[in-house]
Amino acid sequence: MVNHETMNCEHVWKEISNYIEGDIAPASRAAMDDHFRTCQRCRSVLDGTRNVVRLYSDERMIDVPSGFGRRLEKRLSKTVRAQRPVWSTWYTWLIPIAALLLFVGGIRWASTRGHSQRPDQAQWVDKIPPDMKVVVSKGAKEFHVPGCEVIRNKEVRTLTARQAIDAGYVPCPKCMRKYLQAASNANATQETEARTEIDFDDERESRLR
Amino acid sequence: MAELNVVVDNPGSGTTREQDLIAQVQLGHHELFYELVRPYERRVYAAAMAILRNETDAEDVAQEAMLKALANIRQFRAEARFSTWLIQITVNEALMRRRRERAGMIEGIDDHRDEEGEYTPRDFADWREIPSEALERKEVRQKLAEALASLDRKYREVFILRDMEQLNIQETAEALGISIASVKTRLLRARLMLRDLLAGGWDRGWFSRLPFEKGTNPW
Repeated sequence: MVNHETMNCEHVWKEISNYIEGDIAPASRAAMDDHFRTCQRCRSVLDGTRNVVRLYSDERMIDVPSGFGRRLEKRLSKTVRAQRPVWSTWYTWLIPIAALLLFVGGIRWASTRGHSQRPDQAQWVDKIPPDMKVVVSKGAKEFHVPGCEVIRNKEVRTLTARQAIDAGYVPCPKCMRKYLQAASNANATQETEARTEIDFDDERESRLR
Repeated sequence: MAELNVVVDNPGSGTTREQDLIAQVQLGHHELFYELVRPYERRVYAAAMAILRNETDAEDVAQEAMLKALANIRQFRAEARFSTWLIQITVNEALMRRRRERAGMIEGIDDHRDEEGEYTPRDFADWREIPSEALERKEVRQKLAEALASLDRKYREVFILRDMEQLNIQETAEALGISIASVKTRLLRARLMLRDLLAGGWDRGWFSRLPFEKGTNPW
């Protein structure tokens, strides 16, 4: 398309960037090569443009503020640390299984909650001192002894057991059970308490089945 | 964990260290991410700086872009170049930041002016090559940076992404959201303008104290 003989300087300048890129038809390239052999001005433009491309592509042309890499590393590791318990552990595969168990358990738990008039459950809840300080976390339906591992790393609100029960929260089977166990050991053993523990174990087992 | 380490430790596995790192980070070993991006951190910063031209903003956007890359690491496909992927995320973040900050402001008039007018080189003297060793000198780097900074934004951005960040024409077009033809036109103009600026700089003695001054001609 481009006539070998008539390629002028203006045309060469227009194509010089594509020439450097190697993004040019072979015929045009040949015509330009011919032109460069005879035209010193265009040779100067080509050499200069190549020099520009080479200089600026040098890594030394990139200037970063001092400490940039260190600050980046710090920010990345902070983020990674925050995610860590979820990922990169060999027991990751247990998570979906645990989730399934909790889900099934939750359904059963919810279905038993309908029978809140059951004497054993009522008694169990009755054992909790009404003014005991307990904590609840956002979006959950259970209250806990402060420091319970179920609510580790969660934002919590403190209130009394009575307030929690009145607000519809139920005792955490893990920490509240331990708490009552310790309390009952400290007190003289009572038959009803023993029964409560057994009842509770039965319930737990049925939820995990 | 044990199997994963085998991949890293086995030199005959046929994959590069970078591919191994990518695979591991994709599997959740996020603590290896910094090692993966470290070789490109300067380029990522420079890409953000090309768009934002403010050190604080550029550093912040560079960090944000890295975090975004980490969050989306599973979307990275092996057929792409990792460095390019990283830089495209960065440019995108930087453009979003600029749009947000300039929301409601009238864009500079140079943004919409057409670039059809052809550029005629001004300096035709024999080109005196500036050797790469000259970049060791801070004042040379400074002069080159000033010449680049004097270009209109549309030329500067294309030049930086193509010639400094090493994206190809197509990738540059995608990153900036402009056509391939525009990239080519702007790139040509940026290169020719820089050449003239540097040739003129030579005449004004910018590079007069270069080490080869007293010896034979370096070109």
